[in-house]
Amino acid sequence: MNRQITIAVGAVALLALFGAPLYLAPFSITLLNYIGVYSLIALGLVLLTGNAGMVSFGQASFMGIAAYATGWASAVMGYSPWLGLILALVLTGLVAAVLGAVTLRLGGHFLSLSTIAWGLALYFSFGNIPGLGAFDGIPSLPPISIGGIALADSGQIFYLIWGALLLSMLAIHNLLNSRVGRALRALRGGNALVESLGVNALQIRLITFVIAALCAALSGWLYAHMSRFVSPTPFDVTMSIIFLMMAMIGGSGYLLGAVVGAAIIILLRNGIQDVLPMIAPGSSGQLEVVVFASLFILFLQRARNGIVPFIAQWIPEPHRERPPQADALPRQQQPAKDTALMQVEAVTRRFGGLIAVNDVSFDVRAGEILALIGPNGAGKTTMFNVITGALQPSAGRITFAGKDITGANASKIAAAGIARTFQHVKLRPKMTLIDNVLLGTYGRASAGFIKSALRLDRAEEARARHEAMKQLDRVGLGDRPYELAGNLPLGNQRVLEIARALAADPVLLVLDEPAAGLRRQEKLALAELLRTLRAEGLTILLVEHDMEFVMGLVDRIVVMEFGCKLCEGDPAAVRADTRVQEAYLGGVA
Amino acid sequence: MNAQIAAILAIDGIASGAIYVLIAIGFVLIFAVTRIIFVPFGDIAAFTALTLAGLENKQLPGTVGMVAVLAAMAALMEIFSLWRKGALDRIPRALFFYLVLPLMPAAIIWLTAGTMLPTPLRLLLTVAVILPIAPLLNRIVYQPIADATVLLLLIVSVALHFAMSGLGLLFFGPEGVRTQSLVDFTTFIAGTPVSGQAMLILGSAIFFSFLLYLFFNFTLYGKALHATAINRTGARLMGIRPQQACTIAFLLSSVLAAVSGILIAPVNTIFYDSGFLIGLKSFVGAIIGGMVSFPVTAVGSVFVGVLEGFAAFLSSPFKDVIVFSILIPVLLWRSYTLVHAEEEDEE
Repeated sequence: MNRQITIAVGAVALLALFGAPLYLAPFSITLLNYIGVYSLIALGLVLLTGNAGMVSFGQASFMGIAAYATGWASAVMGYSPWLGLILALVLTGLVAAVLGAVTLRLGGHFLSLSTIAWGLALYFSFGNIPGLGAFDGIPSLPPISIGGIALADSGQIFYLIWGALLLSMLAIHNLLNSRVGRALRALRGGNALVESLGVNALQIRLITFVIAALCAALSGWLYAHMSRFVSPTPFDVTMSIIFLMMAMIGGSGYLLGAVVGAAIIILLRNGIQDVLPMIAPGSSGQLEVVVFASLFILFLQRARNGIVPFIAQWIPEPHRERPPQADALPRQQQPAKDTALMQVEAVTRRFGGLIAVNDVSFDVRAGEILALIGPNGAGKTTMFNVITGALQPSAGRITFAGKDITGANASKIAAAGIARTFQHVKLRPKMTLIDNVLLGTYGRASAGFIKSALRLDRAEEARARHEAMKQLDRVGLGDRPYELAGNLPLGNQRVLEIARALAADPVLLVLDEPAAGLRRQEKLALAELLRTLRAEGLTILLVEHDMEFVMGLVDRIVVMEFGCKLCEGDPAAVRADTRVQEAYLGGVA
Repeated sequence: MNAQIAAILAIDGIASGAIYVLIAIGFVLIFAVTRIIFVPFGDIAAFTALTLAGLENKQLPGTVGMVAVLAAMAALMEIFSLWRKGALDRIPRALFFYLVLPLMPAAIIWLTAGTMLPTPLRLLLTVAVILPIAPLLNRIVYQPIADATVLLLLIVSVALHFAMSGLGLLFFGPEGVRTQSLVDFTTFIAGTPVSGQAMLILGSAIFFSFLLYLFFNFTLYGKALHATAINRTGARLMGIRPQQACTIAFLLSSVLAAVSGILIAPVNTIFYDSGFLIGLKSFVGAIIGGMVSFPVTAVGSVFVGVLEGFAAFLSSPFKDVIVFSILIPVLLWRSYTLVHAEEEDEE
């Protein structure tokens, strides 16, 4: 589809939407208002669940906090609804920040379970605080007014609701395609990768959680002034699961999924409310819940991805251009050749009674390629994990570029200038090649959530894209930057990891078995690439099994066996060492 | 509050805590073996109480209809999947396990409806008719998505809870019930009255926890379950069928839920939807135990019970708010003490 057609279709849709109050009946407008209000909550869930992989059953209570805040401010205290909006956003944001700070560290199902519990606690609180009207609620909220016009009619508040929704969608769209947005999307596969890129995963999770709560707050504020009445019932845990249902049925990975899901659920509910009393008069209220819950379960069993991706697969992919030329991102100063870059001093790591690494010391000199080799179980990977901050050493000291980095966490070590790859490739298979490499530039750029949402990050983003493209070209994957990483064969995935590490502009590149799974030609190309990098002044430490690959490439070798250092030296010396021959061949015959 | 009231509240709290212990242990058991956080578990306890009350009032309890519907659905799904696999010869066996066996206790209740059965038989029938519900739900709802992530299974569980509580209203009606006391005496311990029911609850909780301990440590099935909980793939390689282990976990936990339903019915008025709150409070206990440790779960659940007792005395409308708010410091503490294996889902 070309650009003009997209713009034309979008413009017609917008015109049709904003003209709706002129040609639709008031009842339809009311339905559209509900769709808009609920889409906002579902939008927060698209960000939270579909993109960052966190599930919340507490969105209805966030909506409730906001609705009660504005209800209290405007109906009880008599302030303007706009003051109510500020109070609603601040209060909901604070509550979400506190709850998130407490539970997000645990993550996964603990977060989700605790959202049910506070959802209930808040629901009971709304119903039992006399100042908030207890279970009767707060009646007669004033309408919102803009410039002296009160939005009392459903055809008037319609513009505010849909305006707020479209602006929020635009902001979240910008956010997802930015530096922090990529980090947020990368959270889904676990912390190990994102931390190794210098991302503070907890902070990103917390901010995402607060943004989703603020979407719910905005929705709660609109809801309160649309229905002009606030009571506990709409903020029950049942509603939270319905919101989740909207996001997932629409397609929780897609912004449009929120709107599609909300529309489907609301229209379906409307239809079911007409049909059920004919089938089962008297008990239709409960039957409605049973029907909805069963449909949702069936949907989760059969078509988890939702409707939008199902339809999207029929629409041809738009052609995307290679990112244009831009200025390079700032680069680190590489240290002078042959100075000691990293010193590992007497590092020991125990797992209970097992000593995996025992009193190992070695230096890495700037500008060299150093290999760490040893038979299976020698403790190479443990050593590797201690250096990169994935494990803490039990004893010993590691200094890097004059700084003590002993026991620092993975994201601090990444910030110090060490980039790594993983033995078991860690990529984000549903993200494109260029997005995967862009993850590497996280530490070199600075745009935060607000800048990204407002699209003020574009200059920096262009430079980052240019850089990512450069690294993709360099490792030979530059011809299809918008391919999904999951579609690559294993060998190319390894090379993609190296491109990601290079995008971080490291001083020290640490590679965990880079040649594993590569064909001969690919190995030769990789060795050539590593040589070029060395010539540019980069220092490389690698753990490798493939002796042919190692011997022809590296400057020095450290040999480990049973957790201890056996010897070190240049390849020829190591090859001649009888202890090494014994370790590998079990004694020379 | 004087010492006398405090002692009475503490004993009440320990008794309701003991109920939470049984349910929380059931949660942990199901979660460990199946990775399912079985939110409708509290509903099973509530349905037990409603079934027992129905039998006492010489009515046909709604459970009979519910089990019949679930068994029919499960049998149809099983036959359909066998037919697609072309394994028609296994259909009679499937019919027996998914239709005949679950319906037997229900059939007995249906046939004896209207007669007053002796108490032990009534209790036994109640447990027997409740037992198939969770394994049947497992077949209908969870088995088709056994490979899904914990989070997806949790979303399914929450949806299932709402379906179950809706069905509960259809089958049991909106009235609350309270059954006859099983024991009727009160003793005084250090001047504080302790009801026989409280002692029965505490005794049962200890007895069933001990039985579970014996099962896990001294029987082959118990060890197989334990192995499945630790490493599913490894257990499978050792010839343990994961689906069978799941069914056993659901059955065993259902015994615990049924027992707690019977114990709570004479003390609290139970409605069709009471199970949710009972279940969630047990969850708080299970989370204190990190969803893994049985002993810490037990201690945590008793703590929740006692807290609830005192909270109810201090401010009745806010007792649930207080109980659920305790989760926040608990989670904070847990987030620093629990080493959680990171789940690497690649979507």
